[in-house]
Formats: sequence, structure tokens, C-alpha cells
Amino acid sequence: MKVALFVPCFIDAFYPEVGIATLELLERLGVEVDYPQEQTCCGQPMANSGAQKEAAGAERVFARNFADYDYVVGPSASCIHHVREHLTAIEQSASVRKVRASAYELVEFLHDVLNVREFPWAEFPHRVGLHNSCSAIRHLREVSASEIGATPFSKPRTLLEGVKGIEFVTPTRPDECCGFGGTFSVTEEAVSVRMGQDKVRDHLGAGAQYIVSGDMSCLMHQQGCAERLKLDARFIHIAQVLNGARA
Amino acid sequence: MSEVAKGKSKRLDHAKAAGAFIAKADHVAFHDKRLWDLRSKRDAQAHGMPEWETLRELASGIKEHTLSHLADYLDQFITQAESHGVVVHYASTAEEHNEIVYKLMSERGLTTLVKSKSMLTDECKMREYIEPRGITVMETDLGERIQQLDNQDPSHMVVPAVHKLRADVAELFGRTIGTDPKNSDIHYLAESQRMNTRPYFVREKTAGMTGCNFAVAQTGTVVVCTNEGNADLSANVPSLHIASIGIEKLIPRISDLGVFIRMLSRSALGSPITQYTSHFRAPRAGSEMHYILVDHGRSERLAMEDFWYSLKCIRCGACMNTCPVYRRSGGLSYGFTYSGPIGAIINPTYDMKRFSSLPFASTLNGSCSNVCPTKVNIHEQIYKWREVIAANHEVPFVKQEVLKMAGRLLASPTLYRGTVASLGGALKRLPNFVLYNPLNIWGRQRDLPETPAETFHEWYKKNRKAANK
Repeated sequence: MKVALFVPCFIDAFYPEVGIATLELLERLGVEVDYPQEQTCCGQPMANSGAQKEAAGAERVFARNFADYDYVVGPSASCIHHVREHLTAIEQSASVRKVRASAYELVEFLHDVLNVREFPWAEFPHRVGLHNSCSAIRHLREVSASEIGATPFSKPRTLLEGVKGIEFVTPTRPDECCGFGGTFSVTEEAVSVRMGQDKVRDHLGAGAQYIVSGDMSCLMHQQGCAERLKLDARFIHIAQVLNGARA
Repeated sequence: MSEVAKGKSKRLDHAKAAGAFIAKADHVAFHDKRLWDLRSKRDAQAHGMPEWETLRELASGIKEHTLSHLADYLDQFITQAESHGVVVHYASTAEEHNEIVYKLMSERGLTTLVKSKSMLTDECKMREYIEPRGITVMETDLGERIQQLDNQDPSHMVVPAVHKLRADVAELFGRTIGTDPKNSDIHYLAESQRMNTRPYFVREKTAGMTGCNFAVAQTGTVVVCTNEGNADLSANVPSLHIASIGIEKLIPRISDLGVFIRMLSRSALGSPITQYTSHFRAPRAGSEMHYILVDHGRSERLAMEDFWYSLKCIRCGACMNTCPVYRRSGGLSYGFTYSGPIGAIINPTYDMKRFSSLPFASTLNGSCSNVCPTKVNIHEQIYKWREVIAANHEVPFVKQEVLKMAGRLLASPTLYRGTVASLGGALKRLPNFVLYNPLNIWGRQRDLPETPAETFHEWYKKNRKAANK
């Protein structure tokens, strides 16, 4: 099983600890992981703004770097969703199609491919509000969506239940978007910030000490909102918790 | 582009309008809570029916079938209606619709039009056309009446004045219909509006107008769903009943109706059914009934490969109620009759430049598509519109430039690494990097992430042998 680690650009630059936790976690689980060093970005920031032409270069770099792997694993549902569903600015050669089909979000890879449920090294003795990104819920379907009346399930929650000491609290609107939305966070600043503030307050109202998510971009936005309002909320990526971070 | 667009191609600034709404703290809090409450009630209804998802599939299939055989079903509908004595008109444009209404009234010497709710007549700007020509228009739906008195578009398709607090309505009614501006008791306000509008139904020289929720081809029937009973008064009291019908309202058979009726009010308000579901098929003895079938850009949209699906919409407003952006923006920020997610995909079909900001007023969270009773793929169309708008160079200049710069940077591993290495500190890194700070907007109301000592890439080089192979 040839596995490549995809570290999204903003994680590389701002949250290296999330990339490190992802790598260490996969290694702990016995996976041999390559990190193709010429990688940059999946192209999503441009493509989500409609700029297909501008996305093509990054997509080409992505496809080239990850061409030779069985699995491309990245700790970000929105980036993986882009690769899987929207990486279309470049010619869809057999190689590109293979790369797109090989892309897995970390939670999916752990839950569905490695089928791991126990994280004996991990302990997180805190009240946790789980923030699932819209990409994780409605695009990658890692979590059942509240709009659909099917039997509820949550892959990230299932994984976190294998962590000692963790206690879950549930906000009143568990799968309401937090308002990050990529460039939306800047072009629609007022709405984005209001949504972020509402989201953090909902979690705190439920008693959360930590907001845990598989999408660091959501957390970057929520943390930015929370710190400005001086709200007592802490934020951590699911990879860090599963890898044994205590706080 | 349709005639609505003409002379109006100034770009709508959704973000600015939304910001103004958010600045009114009481309003945005109420608006968000009220509409979330409708969404929650919708969930309770939908989840209480094991066949809900099957109904959505059926509804979607029926609409797709009808739209792909629309000419045939229109023929059948017209033939049936005419056989019952209904006079059927066809309006290609909004102006044609308005002219037909005015002509029908002026030829008969009628001077007042009492109407129930119709998004279509708002879409056609009918009041603006016929009022200066001497016709008094009386909106009898409470929300529509409030919006008429305030000279505003509806801000929501189902609850047109939901962006207002009751104190706003008390003040408005005090100013316009002479109620006590300090009395914001909702029963008092609703009753006052009713007492104000009801006399118009029995005025002389009055025509009545309704919209149409479903037009049944098999029977030539117009079905109107309301909660206030005003559609029945509009249709049944005056000697002339005009029903304005968007051509996408067609469904093939009366037996198809149940699929939609079961979902319409549940999706809209979380109630099992509207108080009234009225079927109109033929004029009453001694009176006249006219249908106006309106195209107004619909045929054009039907030919748009990526966007024709929006014609499946039954105007329930569920996508608006669930939309976290709409709930915090208020409907007026969308600049047209249709707001929220459905407005973001319909409005650009009328004027892409004017409404070019709307597809960007979304986080692409996808909740809209999940609640849509006819399975319109709303968020996918929003994504597609962004591509079309960017390809037509309708993205604001600064953003275009930032995207180009980011595109170049991220296309080159060397340039990318060089940029990261040469810049220290988040304030410098953020704009070039992740596009989230072209004008330092990120930092106005949000703190910036702290800059780590090293990037992941740098850490990896130091800590993994494979890095130096």
C-alpha cells in the first residue's frame, strides 16, 4: 500500500503541528508514508472563486506529485472534496483520474480503509464540541446531515470515542456552517464573522472546552472570531487528538 | 438577458447590504432564530415521514419529465382550460404580462386589483406598471401588504416581511393605515390589516388576481395554496379572476399533485398542509377567468445546460430558511424578488453582471440542496455560476488580481517555497498565501493565527530521513 501525505498549503504554513500529527498518527498505525516535497496546493482557493484558469497550475502540480500512490491522504475534508469532485481545470488523463479517485480525507482513511477504532495512546480529558465541516458532512458524507432523516452516524465521532477521557457536548445546531467558506471569509466579511461568532457561542453554550474538527480552516476562522471577542474557547485538530495530544 | 436587466447592470453589492442588516443586532438575531425555527419544524415533519426521500425523488422526476416535455403539457393545459371557458393568454416577457393585466382591466373599466400573493407579479414588477396607469393594487397577503406599504420587494418568498420586527410593522401601519404606532400586538396588527384590505374585495370595478402553485395539464386546473384565505376572496368575489402562472408551474396529472402538496407546506413552514388548497378550473356563472402563462426568461433558462434544474423550484423557501448566509443577510440584500440560495442561482439568469455577487454569497455548505423538496442541486449550481461569472470577467478587479497571483504562486513549487522562506510573520504571509487577506479584511474582526517557528515542510526536512533521499 503506497500512501502519500498531502499537507494543504495553509496547514503547511500556519498549522505544521497538524501535518506532523497526521504523519505521526499514520506511522503509529504502521503505514509507510511518503511526503512528496514538490506539493503546493490542490487548487481549491482559486477554483472555489470560479477561477478555473488560475487553478490549473496548482492542480497540475498536485496531479504530478501524487500520481504514483494507492492513497493520497490529507487532513482536510474541503481540500479532498475539491480533489475528488472539482479538480477539473486540467485535462482529465487516466493519471489525473486515478489521483482524484485515490484521495482520502484522514478520517475516512482511518475509518474506512485502515478500519481503526482504538487509539490506546490517546487521552483527551476535556469536554469536546465536535465541529464537522460542511465538506465532511454534505460532500464527503463522513457524518449524517441533519436535513436528511436517516440513521445518524459520524465517522469522526466514532474515531474520537476510541480516545480515553473524552466527553462530548452537542451544540443546538450541530451541523450549521461556521461561515469560513474560503474567500467568502473575506468577500462576505460581515456574514462570515457573524456566523463564526454564533458557532463558537453555540459550542460554549453547550459547555465545550475544546472545539475539535477535521478541518483546520474552519477552526482558523472560529479561533480568530473567538480570540477577538476574548471568548474562552480552545481549538484543536482531530489528528492531534487521535495522535495523543493532551491539550 | 431579459428585459428586467435593461439599464440596470450596476453590480449589486450583496456583502454591503448584508453588513447593513447585520449591524441591526435585534433584527438579525430575530431573523436567524425565526427562520431556523421554520427549518427545525420542517425537519420534524420530514423526519416523521419514512417516505420523505422517496417523495423528493418522485417530485424531482415529475418536474424533470414535465420540463422536458413542456410544450406538450402547455398545449394540453391550454386546451383543457379553454374547454372550460377560461381565456388563456401567453406572455413572453414581463412587460407583456403587465400589459395584458392592464388591458383586461381597462377594457372592462375596472380600477382596483385585489390580489393574493404571487412572486411572479413581483418578478414582473406589475405594480410599477399598472399603478401609474390608474389601477389601485391591493395586496391582501399580510406579508405582501406590509412590503407594499413599505415600498419594498418581498424579502422571503413565503414570509415576505420576515426581516421586520413587529415594532417595525406597528410603526409602518401607524404611518400608512392609521393604527396606533405604539401597539405592536400581532393580533391587533393582523386584524387591522384585514379590516383595511377586506373592503376592497367588495368594491365596485374590482378585479381579483391570484398566483399559481401548480398548474395541472390534465385538467386545466390552477391550484393555489394559502394560509390566509385571501386567494379565495380574490378569485371568488370580483367578476374577473386573473391567474398569473409561470410556465414552469406545470405538472402532468391531478394524481401528481399529492406528491407536491404533501411536501410544500412541510418544507416551507413545517406545517403538514396550508390552511387552504384551492383548485380553480372554470369561471363562475356570470364572471370571467383569465390565465396568463408567463415565460419571462424561463425558456431561455430551460436551454441552459447547467442551470435549467432551477426551474424545478416550487417556491417553498426551505433553502432560504436553512441557509446560514441568508438568515444573517436578510432577503433584501439579494436585490430581486428571489433571495437566498434559489435567488443566487435564478437572479443571474436575468442579469449576470448585476447579480454577479450572489453566487459568491455562499459558503457552498450544501444544506440548501439537502432540504429542497424537488432536489434542485442548488449549491452545485452556485459553484458553476462562479465559474461562468469568472470566465466572463465579472469578478471584482482586486479579487481577480489576487487569484491570478495565488494561481501563479501555487503553480510553482519553487516560487511557492521561495515565497514562504522569504516572508516572516502571518501578516505578511497570509495575503500572498491563502488569499484570505487581500485588504487586511480578515483581521478587522478576527485575530490572525500565530506564525509557527517553521512550516511543516521545514520540519519534515529536519525530522525525516526520506526528505533528503
